[in-house]
This record gives sequence, C-alpha cells and structure tokens, in this order.
Amino acid sequence: MTLIRQTGYMTVRHLRELLRQPWFVAVTLVQPVIWLLLFGALFKRIVEIPGFHAHSYIGFLAPGVVVMTALFNSAWSGMALIDDLNRGVTARFLVTPVRREALIAGRIIKESVVVVIQSLIIVALALIDGATFPGGVGGVLVLVAMSALVGATFASLSNGFALIMRQQDALVGAVQFIVLPLTFLSTTFLAANLMPGWIRHVADFNPVNWAVVAGRSATSASADWGLVASRAGFLAVLLAACLAFATQAFKAYQRSV
Amino acid sequence: METAIEADGLVKVYPNGVKALDGLSFSVMPGTIFGLLGPNGAGKSTTVKILTTLAKQDEGGATVAGIDVAKDPDRVRRTIGVVAQGSGVDVQATGRENLRLQGHVYGMRGRALEERVEELLERFGLADAADRITRGYSGGMQRRLDIAMALIHDPQVLFLDEPTTGLDPEVRADMWSEISRLAGEEGKTVLLTTHYLEEADQLAAQLAIVDRGSVVAHGTPEELKAELRGDAIEVDLALGVGELNGSVQAALQRVDGIREVVVDGRVLRARADDGGRALPSVLHALETSGIEVASVRVARPSLDDVYLRYTGRTFGAAEAEASTPEEQS
Repeated sequence: MTLIRQTGYMTVRHLRELLRQPWFVAVTLVQPVIWLLLFGALFKRIVEIPGFHAHSYIGFLAPGVVVMTALFNSAWSGMALIDDLNRGVTARFLVTPVRREALIAGRIIKESVVVVIQSLIIVALALIDGATFPGGVGGVLVLVAMSALVGATFASLSNGFALIMRQQDALVGAVQFIVLPLTFLSTTFLAANLMPGWIRHVADFNPVNWAVVAGRSATSASADWGLVASRAGFLAVLLAACLAFATQAFKAYQRSV
Repeated sequence: METAIEADGLVKVYPNGVKALDGLSFSVMPGTIFGLLGPNGAGKSTTVKILTTLAKQDEGGATVAGIDVAKDPDRVRRTIGVVAQGSGVDVQATGRENLRLQGHVYGMRGRALEERVEELLERFGLADAADRITRGYSGGMQRRLDIAMALIHDPQVLFLDEPTTGLDPEVRADMWSEISRLAGEEGKTVLLTTHYLEEADQLAAQLAIVDRGSVVAHGTPEELKAELRGDAIEVDLALGVGELNGSVQAALQRVDGIREVVVDGRVLRARADDGGRALPSVLHALETSGIEVASVRVARPSLDDVYLRYTGRTFGAAEAEASTPEEQS
C-alpha cells in the first residue's frame, strides 16, 4: 500500500514536469514522423516484392514505427535520473523512508504514459496517410499496450544503467549501442520472410521484434492471438527482470557515494 | 544521558582506493549543536553519508538516537532530517511541491501536511515564492527550502552538511540564527559540518576537528582555543622556505618564549605567551640570520591556530590539497 502510494507521488512529480513542457512530446515525434512518412513514401512499392504479404507499406510500417518510437524515447529515460543524481535529489530521497521501487516505478509509469500518447498520435498519422488497421480499435489498443511494454522495459534498463554509469556521456553511448541494432534486427521495416536467415533468427530473440510482431498481428485482419499472448508474456517477464535490475542498481550507486 | 549520535571507529574506503575515514569517532549529546570542522576532503561528508544511511561504513559502528545505522537504516531514516552538501531541491517543481512531496514520503497527508508546509514556508521566508519554480530561486532561497524540507516531519536529529557554503555573508548570518534556534528552542540535536572556522566557533557547543579521516581534537571551541596558551605570531617572509633551508627554525629556537614554529610557504607561524613582547626578539633573530621580513601580525588564538596545532597545516593549505571523491559526488 505504501509502495503504491509512494509510486503515485513520484509519478505525479514526473508527469508534472512533462506537463510543464508539453512541446517535449511533440519534439520527440519529429523523428518517427520522418520514418513513417518519408521512409513510408520512399519504400512504398516494396510491398510489390513477391512474398511481402502486405496491402500497403504504410500499414505494414506503422506498428513498427510505433514500437520504435517507444524504444527510442524510453531508452533515454535514465538521462533524467542522472540529472537527479547530479542535483542531489536522489540522495535526498534515499535518506528518507521512500521505497527504491517507487523511485524507479514513478519514472517507468511516466515513460509509459508518454509512449501511449505518442503511439496514438503515430497511429492517427498513419491513418491519415492511408494506412488501414483491419484489426480495429481492439487491435490498435493491443499495439499500444505492446509499445508501452517495450517503453517500460527499456526505461527500466536505462534507469539501471544510469545508476551504474552515473554519467550522461556513458549512457548516451550505451543507448546508441543498443537502440539501432534492436530496430534493424527486427521486422520493423521488412517482412521476416525477405530478411537474411541469420537476422530472422536474431529477431526471434529481440524484444523489440516481439512487440512489432504482436502489434502487427493484432492490427491485421486475422490476428494470431496465441502469438500475441506469447510475445506479451515474454515482454512481461523481461520487464520484471529489468525492473528488478534497476532497483538493485541503487545499491551500486550507494556504494559509490 | 544517552547520546543522540555516536560514531565509533568508522572506516570507509571508496572503490577507487581512497580511504575517506580512518577510525573516526565522536559522540553528540541530545539537544546540542555539534560541529565537525575540517577542510574539504577531510571526511566530513562521508561521515554524514554513513550516519544518514546513504553510505555504509567498512568498519566501526554508528548509532543515531540509539538506532544502529547499518542494522536498521529505515528506522534511522524516520528519525533524521538531512540537508546535504549542495542542494537537493527539485528545480523543476515549485517550493510548495517540493515540500509536499517531501512530506508525502514520510507518510504525511491531507490537512496536517498542508498546514505544516504553510508553516515552514512562512518560517523560512518562502511564502511569496511558494508557487514559483525553484529553478528561479536564489542560492539562499534554495538553501532555506532545503532546510525546510529536512524539517517537514519534525525530526529529532538534524544533519547539516556544509549548510552555508557558497552563501552571501548576510544570508549566512540569517542561517546561523535559524540553526541556533533549532537546537535552542526546539531541542533538536544538530550535527553540522563546516569548513568555516567562524561558523563552528559561532554555532557549535562541541566541536571535533577532522583531518584525513579521523578526529584530531575535540572539545568546546573555548577549550580548544584555551589549550593553545598564547598568541599567534605570523611573519610574512620575503623569500620562500625552500630557499631558507630550515635556517628560520634555527634562528627562532634561540628566542625565549617562542614555540611551535611552523613555516608554510612564505608564512612563518609561531606561538608566544605574550606575542607583543616577543615580537622585537623574533624580528631581531630573523634579521641577524639574514632573513628578510615583509610584514608581521600578532593575533589572539583562533580555531585556525587550533587546526594548525593538531595537523601541522593551516586550514587554507589543507583546503588547497587534492580533494577526495566525496567532494565530487
């Protein structure tokens, strides 16, 4: 009960920061919009390749861009924590009875809220651009939930790294090292059966791909709910592990002070 | 009477091998202001971090309000208020929001919390700025908010780690009267760390001088100064000691009533029962040794002299030495 209440207080703190800079969400959408609209236009005819099995590329690409945006934004979540470390805010909380889980969870929930808002905006843009989601509202909600799971997972990972590295330069390096390979080693841009075999095998173990595959299936005309459920389950387990890692990382931070 | 704070042989070695504490011990009586005085890097902040449960000691033990800090950190956290070195204010929130969140983490809620927030805002002169984002606060205002936040749950024991560093002299004086009041009227135990000699002199009922991770002297400021017996003589030399090869010491050993001669760069310090009376002989001795003198001062003992006596260095020289990781974190 205390943990839930404390998490609530911390979430409010982070959401308030967000409300005070509403343009932040808009600015972070610039990149995905470029991917969606320009990349979507450039490779429009890629669906004509035999074996692609998609009606329009924008409809194929949109779930990928939704998940990619969740990844790109939440992976930077630790930067704000490093600000807090440098400003002494985290140390101040650590000498109070506040639970460490609440300090992490507040940030994760805030990132998830941002991801949900961004995902809905991207879906809307894709619809305007001519995409269709035969899976309907339910399918889109599953896609958004998948991207929220990816957001929460990588936000946890990023906060854990932040507590261990404690330097923004180091975190920037780690995030860039992780984010692009995870995006390209997935079916975000290209159907699995057109990818080289080794990438297809790597993608099976890529959490970003789990979300893309599940989201794409849920929004399609014939959703494979078994696939969706299994990928959601994988992501949930990974999220739990990343949350535990981030909470434990406070110990590494406390050893350094 | 049971002590409010007890540190017993604390040892702390950082992962990079720096030994920040080397058997540091002291005890603080309830309801008093206790000063830990030392230059940057002496181990004051590390001591505070251990006592406030942020860091763990490698050896030794410590209790706050009778509770073991390593064994029962959560109970200690409920008992203490902490103002860390540098501000811990969330600069993206208003003063009121900062105070409210601080209350929330101690489980305070509703009207009781709102009233406490209002009371502290008034008391620390922040009522007008309460709903402004604290990024725009002056250094003094942020510091006052830090202290207000540390007091939100009315803690028994308060830790102030260099509370006035970087503040204007006027703001510092206000802060001093506020800190005195906490121990005086409110009966709180205050542990204050400072590298300002005058601050320790002014505020602390009891004082421990910390150097290189351990306590080198303790007592009331008056006791510490009284132990020095005599005036300080300071002579600025025209040449540095390197060029003098110890001839200064030799020259002054012949002068009656002069003791504790220390040369630090171009400054020579010595002690005499009556500084004014000894001065002509000192100058004469230096002159006959061919040592040129630039200027001379005689002063009543200060805590700086106490520091010099116990560590062999002046406070300024110790400050200039390389700082330990505690100053970077």
